[in-house]
Amino acid sequence: MADTPAAASTHPGPSGDVTKRDLLQLVATAGAAIGIGAIAWPFIDSMNPSKDVLALSSVELDLTPVVEGQGITIVWQGKPIFVRHRTAAEIKEVQSVPLGQLIDPEPESARVKPGHEQWAILIGICTHLGCVPLGNKPSDPRGEFGGWFCPCHGSQYDVSGRVRHGPAPANLPLPPYAFTSDTKIKVG
Amino acid sequence: MVGLHKSEFANPVISWIDTRLPIFTMMQKEYGVFPTPKNFNYFWNFGALAMVNLVIMIATGIFLAMNYQPNSELAFASIQHIMRDVNYGWLLRYIHQNGASMFFIVTYIHIFRGLYYGSYKSPRELLWILGVVILILMMATAFMGYVLPWGQMSYWGATVITNLFSAFPVVGPKIVTLLWGGFAVDNPTLNRFYSLHYLLPFVLVGVIFLHIAALHITGSNNPLGIDVKSPQDTLPFHPYYTIKDTVGICVFLIVLSIFVFFAPNYLGDPNNFIAANPMQTPADIVPEWYFLPYYAILRSVPNKLLGVCLMFGSLLVLFVLPWLDTSKVRSARFRPLYRISLFLWVIAFVVLGVCGANKPEGVWVLLSRIGTFYYFAHFLVIMPILGKLERPLPLPESISHPVIGGRGGGPLPTGAAAKPMEKA
Repeated sequence: MADTPAAASTHPGPSGDVTKRDLLQLVATAGAAIGIGAIAWPFIDSMNPSKDVLALSSVELDLTPVVEGQGITIVWQGKPIFVRHRTAAEIKEVQSVPLGQLIDPEPESARVKPGHEQWAILIGICTHLGCVPLGNKPSDPRGEFGGWFCPCHGSQYDVSGRVRHGPAPANLPLPPYAFTSDTKIKVG
Repeated sequence: MVGLHKSEFANPVISWIDTRLPIFTMMQKEYGVFPTPKNFNYFWNFGALAMVNLVIMIATGIFLAMNYQPNSELAFASIQHIMRDVNYGWLLRYIHQNGASMFFIVTYIHIFRGLYYGSYKSPRELLWILGVVILILMMATAFMGYVLPWGQMSYWGATVITNLFSAFPVVGPKIVTLLWGGFAVDNPTLNRFYSLHYLLPFVLVGVIFLHIAALHITGSNNPLGIDVKSPQDTLPFHPYYTIKDTVGICVFLIVLSIFVFFAPNYLGDPNNFIAANPMQTPADIVPEWYFLPYYAILRSVPNKLLGVCLMFGSLLVLFVLPWLDTSKVRSARFRPLYRISLFLWVIAFVVLGVCGANKPEGVWVLLSRIGTFYYFAHFLVIMPILGKLERPLPLPESISHPVIGGRGGGPLPTGAAAKPMEKA
């Protein structure tokens, strides 16, 4: 190794070509980068939901105690789930709204399970900035459309959970759920 | 001088920053071209290894803290949560747990390097003192970290160590109550230990910065213990020592990985798998291995206050080491008698460690007394006297000389020193 120290990091060969040392340097750097990436993943992944959180991925609910006109809130994955037993008049109203009037057009039929039209099951988180809208209790303000009213910025939803008045941009999302019997649902 | 820095970097972005905040120039000066003695052996890896170790401990610690509960009701279960539920939680915890042991292995070798090659001597006294501060902070951090899992050993370790302060007359019991935040080790103790265990590593970072700043003023010592006399005695830090440190880091990571993946609990105590029970002390109570020698010193004398004083004294004596050693020769390579005395001291330290792991009865009491006696005699008696009596071997004229003339001392023909770079 007859090089001067200053030239040690950049080693043009006698003809100025790429040398074996350049290759070694690239391979070593790439190896270190891969190694750092590989060890970074366990750190990042440790911030993902842990196994005990994932184990809470479904809840079951008996609907019998929920009377017509009443709504209840259950917790699924740490989020509020609205379960609303709607009256015939409410259902009729949301079925008859022309889609053109909606901010986020979606037919009522796409938001309920066939044969269980009286049940609206929704994730109760305002699509504007994440507050929980009021309206499940009959004493709550429900807004002009009889569904839910978000106290944070005044968004209003109908009983189908569709946004009818901004600033929320989208309808309340539906959780994955299924009727396990006529009176029981499983969310998640 | 007020004014913009004149940057020599060609890259316009780097140059723009460097002109206003010359961190690139600083890094280039301190870690790029920094002149470093060219005769380092692998003992000079251990400072860098300790730095890497600290970074690993802080990184894993921050992520563990995201899942740990510093509450006496929840702490033990939250460790199991980390081990079983959190993604890769077992890996983070085992790295952190074994990283603590690796930190002490690395640091003890680093300190031995300093003792053997006289790195504590003028002009590096302050550098050494900062190092002792780092050691003590590290021990405090490790001790409080060991309490956090809230197992039996955590709990009783905390009880015993905090009770050390009760040995001091008059104020002792008051200090202990203050440390506990109550009348026994309990939730307030756990909370404050957690807070301090998170804080102290960053204090360590600060003191290590000063340690390195002082190092870059005095320059590194070297295996010959003689001063750098000319640029021919040095190499630029990069790439020579960045690469040499990288080799050491690879070996370090291999050893750490062997512990983490094949023997993660080898250095731990099975009693810590039992949740803390304030009503029941385990039959065999021992600290972690890295505290065993000090634990043996503590138990070697039957008097409570004297034992505590000796234990703290065994660390505090290191502060005055630069003035206890009266020899002008740094490297033990040229001090035949000091070398023997130091190796005996290392043996005493290891024997003390073994004594600490055994019950204080029979031969272990005698051995720990001999070990304690020699631990202090080496520093307080032998070192001051030896400097006056010992006849050191002749020192080489320069660092470059032995590189081409063998490791022995004595002046060589002057012509031989002219082309040392050819061999470097």
